[in-house]
Amino acid sequence: MSSLKTLFNEDVKVFNVGIPSFADDLKRQGVPVVHVEWRPPAGGNKRVIELLDRIKAWQAEYQTQAKS
Amino acid sequence: MATKINVQAANKEAISRIQTAVPVLKGLGIAKDIVPGMKKNLILHAGPPITWDRMSGPMKGAVMGALIYEGFAKTPEEAEKVAASPEIEYAPWHEHNGVGPMAGVATASMPVWIVENKTHGNRAYCTLNEGLGKVLRYGAYSEEVIARLNWMRDVLGPVLRETLEIKGEINLKSMIAQALQMGDEVHNRNRAGTSLLFRELAPALLDTSASPSDKKRVLEFINGNDHFFLNLSMPAAKAILQSAEWIDGSTILTVMCRNGTDFGIRVAGLKDRWFTAPAQVVKGLLFPGFSESDCNPDIGDSAITETCGIGGFAMAAAPAIVKFVGGSASDALNYTQKMYEITEAESTTFQIPSLDFRGSPTGINLLKVCETGILPQINTGIAHKQPGIGQVGAGLVNPPMKCFEDALEAYVETYVP
Amino acid sequence: MTIRHVIRKETYFDSVTLMQITNEVKKLQGVENAVVGMGTDFNIDSLKRLGLYSDAFAGITPADLLLCVQAGDDAAADAALAAAEKLLTTRKKASGAGTAFVPPTQEAAAKQLPDANVVVISVPGAWAAREAEIALRAGRHVMLFSDNVTVEEELKLKTLGVEKNLLVMGPDCGTALINGVPLAFANAVRRGDIGIVAASGTGLQEVTSLIHTMGYGITQAIGVGGRDLSEKIGGKMTLMAAHALGEDPATKVIVLISKPPAPSVLGPLYAELKKIRKPIVVYFIGADPEAIRKEGFTPAHNLQEAAQKACELSGGKAVAVPMTDADAAAKADGLRLPGKYLRGLYSGGTLCDEAQRLLHPVLADLYSNTPVKGCQMLHSVHKSEKHTIVDLGDDEFTRGRAHPMIDPTLRQERIVIETADPDVGLIAFDVVLGYGAHMDMAGEMVAAIEKARKASGRKPVFAACICGTADDPQNMQKQKRTLEDAGVQVFPSNVALIAFVKRAMAGKGV
Repeated sequence: MSSLKTLFNEDVKVFNVGIPSFADDLKRQGVPVVHVEWRPPAGGNKRVIELLDRIKAWQAEYQTQAKS
Repeated sequence: MATKINVQAANKEAISRIQTAVPVLKGLGIAKDIVPGMKKNLILHAGPPITWDRMSGPMKGAVMGALIYEGFAKTPEEAEKVAASPEIEYAPWHEHNGVGPMAGVATASMPVWIVENKTHGNRAYCTLNEGLGKVLRYGAYSEEVIARLNWMRDVLGPVLRETLEIKGEINLKSMIAQALQMGDEVHNRNRAGTSLLFRELAPALLDTSASPSDKKRVLEFINGNDHFFLNLSMPAAKAILQSAEWIDGSTILTVMCRNGTDFGIRVAGLKDRWFTAPAQVVKGLLFPGFSESDCNPDIGDSAITETCGIGGFAMAAAPAIVKFVGGSASDALNYTQKMYEITEAESTTFQIPSLDFRGSPTGINLLKVCETGILPQINTGIAHKQPGIGQVGAGLVNPPMKCFEDALEAYVETYVP
Repeated sequence: MTIRHVIRKETYFDSVTLMQITNEVKKLQGVENAVVGMGTDFNIDSLKRLGLYSDAFAGITPADLLLCVQAGDDAAADAALAAAEKLLTTRKKASGAGTAFVPPTQEAAAKQLPDANVVVISVPGAWAAREAEIALRAGRHVMLFSDNVTVEEELKLKTLGVEKNLLVMGPDCGTALINGVPLAFANAVRRGDIGIVAASGTGLQEVTSLIHTMGYGITQAIGVGGRDLSEKIGGKMTLMAAHALGEDPATKVIVLISKPPAPSVLGPLYAELKKIRKPIVVYFIGADPEAIRKEGFTPAHNLQEAAQKACELSGGKAVAVPMTDADAAAKADGLRLPGKYLRGLYSGGTLCDEAQRLLHPVLADLYSNTPVKGCQMLHSVHKSEKHTIVDLGDDEFTRGRAHPMIDPTLRQERIVIETADPDVGLIAFDVVLGYGAHMDMAGEMVAAIEKARKASGRKPVFAACICGTADDPQNMQKQKRTLEDAGVQVFPSNVALIAFVKRAMAGKGV
């Protein structure tokens, strides 16, 4: 878990979600980066996203107990 | 329903049962004697529930052949009439604790394998594999097919039954684990499994009371059919997944299956419910002389192997499979890698050598499939859409997303306040 | 019709490979049918079914390999057989076995890099907010490159960011440098003691590049997205970032760049900024510098000056800009323009705005697709009118294509059109370097210019500014030379370019 309090002293480590070339540029500079080959959840089905988010919210209390 | 459900905990319980299940081959029996709810006029089939009028060619052919075999009809024309009549009942194998490959048609007098999960006590059943080409499971119903079924009932079944009485039980879990390390994925590739089985059975078989020619014929029968083991890997997978039926709140899949018309799934937390959508066309390599227009949609209960983390999920163990869609060995690796994204655990028993012996992706999570949009990957044979012609190729296929979307709706309706 | 066959005794291949080869052979010219397989009953049946069987296959066993092709003539059959044999002996080279698995979600990515602290998000707008929320809830800062995020979504994200003390840079944030790491479109800028908060992408690029060129460096360059200082958002990220820089021991000088904040936001913003005990350069684009000076901050009239002032506050001494207005303007002396109108073709939105602001006092009829106060809206963004300065990065132009900093096509087409226009005397454009940008934009522009000159026979004056640093991947010197060799006047900042343009257009504007 990062925070603005500590960010300026941390090594920048990146997830790149979307345009692959951003990750390529970071790789070339030796910055730790994982490219996420993102696609719309459930093929873009908004209803499914809504249902998943409802489940996430319903289970939120268990999430905070789990390790981050 | 406002019960306090912890989804993660429910899934953990499901995974724990799946990991600790130990399917063993106990023996054989006749379906009507041992399959729960079996009766003379009941036809069990692969896939989710379906009526005669909606069945595809191979399934109809298999039903017709089975009716002739059971004596309900003398000719195919007669069999068709009987099949459509109220005299005959149909039910999915999955609702009777079993599985069947391709059409998966089973009737009362057929011999079936008995597989028992030693850890939890549940049992699963499956018919014996007839071989390749013109066979009942591909919808063939010729005299040759019926004659073979008769021989299986009269010779093959009894000989193997006695063999297992002498041998004792055979641990299928460890046999599958070994086969996975010998180039099988135990859905489309079963050669190693069949070989291992042959080895286990042969000495005991020689000690049975069968005639020398029967013994030889039985061994030749097994030897001549690379997929003989499939009819054991499938009920083994079924017995493993059955242990997770049913767990409140769990989103782990316990069934993926097809009947040639529909694809169906079941979820551990949604007791007895089916979620179906049209079965897809398989993309693959076809045998000489066949084209895409000859192919039947996806059919069979063999997707139980994928549901269990083997079959297509262990494609990295059988790279030859992926050539079916012109891919390379690294594609096979990739397919398996993708499956880790939609599963909860890695198998503690089924390991994949080319992934550094990583456990195969186990426990398909409905929520992860929906979130990522990654559909389970299935390898399968392709049947000719007309009955009686047989296999026309093999390839890769996915379930339709709709099954998972519907299951998700049902889950939220059932559990989320 | 010719049927050819070969039997290879005791030669084994697995069935799948053989099926694949059969398929390949079937595709060959003139081939009607092919069976390549082991001598199993099944394959013998296939031969019979296809009418290819002959006595030659009589003694064949399942351990033997058979190849049989049926083709239109002898030549085709022989060729097919040869191809089949070749396929059998050639093994397909394993392509990238062991390529690392690319995760499909942030959750999956966390297994590979659990302590990632920044998530750069450039997915379609409809999905961007959801990804941003996933990142924030996992305790990671967000750079939201995506646009088309609603203001409601932005508010929800930034509220969550403030709650967790995590940056939400964006939406529509194209540039940031955190701890010296360039994110998305950003330049290679040395570390120093100047910290920047900006609600503008190319504005941030121009300022950071000029700071570097003038010999100074930055601690952080934090983009906050163009809407941050709107009434609804209230400057949440601007304040969070400004305070963080205020508390950062490495930051000595702070620079704030934005369009003028909403009136309701301005007062509270100033009040918060005053709590920071460090000099702050405040550049509200188009705002009255005196009002800012009265509040106790250092104002700037343009991006170059913002950079210059920051350097002066850092170094405690006067700092010269790379090229003075006077020197830039002098390059226009004696220049004859073949037409009376100016056309400006920008890839950077803030640079386009800056050009308009500096020029509209002297050019009466100045049009744009993104007009600032005092300029007029084009009737069609694709057709220039009188004096026109366009932002080719605006939505109208980028639908279904990449940004003009990556894809030069639209600008190249426009150069040809403007050059052919008999009323056009001067064409100005920007070349933005840095990570994310095209590797040879100068070359692309020159190619278009030469094509345009040839096609039209006309010779308007071309002038460009390069936004970038000597450390950028594109080799700034080379980019400059490419332009100059093509007769383009090159300037080290947008302000210098505009000073040139002003002098060149003198007398033609009114």
